[in-house]
Amino acid sequence: MNDLKAIAKHIRTSILTMLTEAGSGHLGGSLDLVDIFTVLYFSHLRHNPQHPDWIDRDKVILSIGHTAPVLYATLAAAGYFPESELSTLRKKGSRLQGHPSYEFKLPGLESCSGSLGQGLGVSLGMALAAKIDQRSNRIFCIMGDGELQEGSVWESAMAATHHKIDNLCAIIDRNRLQIDGGTEKVMAIDPLKDKWIAFGWHVIEIDGHDLEQIKMALQLADAHKEQPTAIIADTVMGKGVKSIENDNKWHGKVPDKMQLEAFIKELY
Amino acid sequence: MDYTNKGNKATKTGFGEGVRAAAENDKRVIGLGADITASVGMNLFADAFPERFFSLGIAEQDGVAVAAGLALSGKVPVFSTYGVFTAHRANDQIRISLCYNNVHAIIGGAHSGVSVGPDGATHQALEDIATMRVLPNMTVISPCDATQARIAVQKAIACSCGPVYIRFGREAIPDFTDESQDFTIGKGQVIRHGTDITIVATGHEVWHSLIAADALEKQGLSVRIINMHTIKPLDNDILLKAATETQMIFTAEEHQVSGGLGSAVAECLSEMHPTRIVRIGVNDRFGESGQADELMHSFGLDADGIKNKILGTIKKLTVLK
Repeated sequence: MNDLKAIAKHIRTSILTMLTEAGSGHLGGSLDLVDIFTVLYFSHLRHNPQHPDWIDRDKVILSIGHTAPVLYATLAAAGYFPESELSTLRKKGSRLQGHPSYEFKLPGLESCSGSLGQGLGVSLGMALAAKIDQRSNRIFCIMGDGELQEGSVWESAMAATHHKIDNLCAIIDRNRLQIDGGTEKVMAIDPLKDKWIAFGWHVIEIDGHDLEQIKMALQLADAHKEQPTAIIADTVMGKGVKSIENDNKWHGKVPDKMQLEAFIKELY
Repeated sequence: MDYTNKGNKATKTGFGEGVRAAAENDKRVIGLGADITASVGMNLFADAFPERFFSLGIAEQDGVAVAAGLALSGKVPVFSTYGVFTAHRANDQIRISLCYNNVHAIIGGAHSGVSVGPDGATHQALEDIATMRVLPNMTVISPCDATQARIAVQKAIACSCGPVYIRFGREAIPDFTDESQDFTIGKGQVIRHGTDITIVATGHEVWHSLIAADALEKQGLSVRIINMHTIKPLDNDILLKAATETQMIFTAEEHQVSGGLGSAVAECLSEMHPTRIVRIGVNDRFGESGQADELMHSFGLDADGIKNKILGTIKKLTVLK
């Protein structure tokens, strides 16, 4: 677990650094997903960074494309491409587009994203393909809580249950914040657990920063048959940098060079 | 040129037969349904390959996203419902999950044009060519009869050419093209030779143009007809040749004149060979209820309408000596 903690801290440092270098991007959500990404890529997924197209790999779909930095930093840390490439984020010609692009053939990236509400359907298609081929690929779809306001999410939620797609796991980043303010003020999505249960999902609620809980939840999701699993992960936007935690003005803001140094020092 | 009606048949039936035929030899083909499976011809596939057909309900945005996920996993999904629901309702999913990912998937747009009839405007796709052809990586096909629809979808499934939108209709219409025709995606077909004017037609309008051309011939006008079954990529060469060899271009489509085939032809020729172009189609209005032939007539889209539009234009311009 100590190793995972160190990796998480490393990924947070990468995110802060690359976003400062880019001069724009989404810090808050990227930081709060680090612990989940760390457990996924360094403890849970069946994957091989040397063979990103390995047919039996598990897949992660980042439905909230604006948190691309956490995906890029994690993929680089896992060895999919050199970490030096992280400094090209959002720059002309970079494979690290502002929102993930499949066009640029970034190793480890499974689909483009950025327009909210599409990732769960894409994940469902991938999970269905694995079922058709009788392969054991597991598909993990990372979603935002504000994203759940998109109606298309619930179309996909309904269909996954209908077809008993149990190799699909949605992980919901429940940081309770979106651009206009708190999710419950902008457009209430609670009671969230009840909604997913009503749609026929197996639901697990966890602290999205507790590595042990994340690990356990992913194992429970794998073991659960006949139903897709939703892991509702309570998170803190900006997690890891105390001075910006739970402040939605850091949803789409990045540090300057002075702040970067201070923020990296703050990391715990 | 010889063309005979082998019997009326809806292009949606040709589409369904084509998907079924392609699926026989290609295990990658997966069908997705949005409740109106039989109404869009997909029952032919679903009955033959139930293990490869998945009902997704009345949820077109999910349908397209699922198609993208399947395609990213090496399948060739065929998702078909009415064009108003694919090309419009699920437009963003088509744009991002299919076109930006540039994956090979077939999206069917059924119930195109006013010939949908009694259901009225909500179900008559009249802007789908416009919204589909502007998307990068997208191919747009609009076959003229059931035989061509069957061939087109088989070629589209086999082509590995990214996302493909295929438009087809509800009404049984003359089935007149050859089983052995030379059909290449992106290559128009000259199906009637002529030297005075050219009609560039697509979908149901091809047959109506043929009838109109026969009537015009009797009045001394030699009419070339191009069946533009692929609207994107557009066959620039066949247009350039027509613009050079004939005096005027008419376009005919069961679609808004703005944004559709007429616009595509105008865009091409205004850059390559400025030519007078008159667009026949729907003029900035919605469809309405009625019988198919009644509507085709009142919208000026049947053979009479095409003929009258051409004669009226030529009279005005006195192109005809």
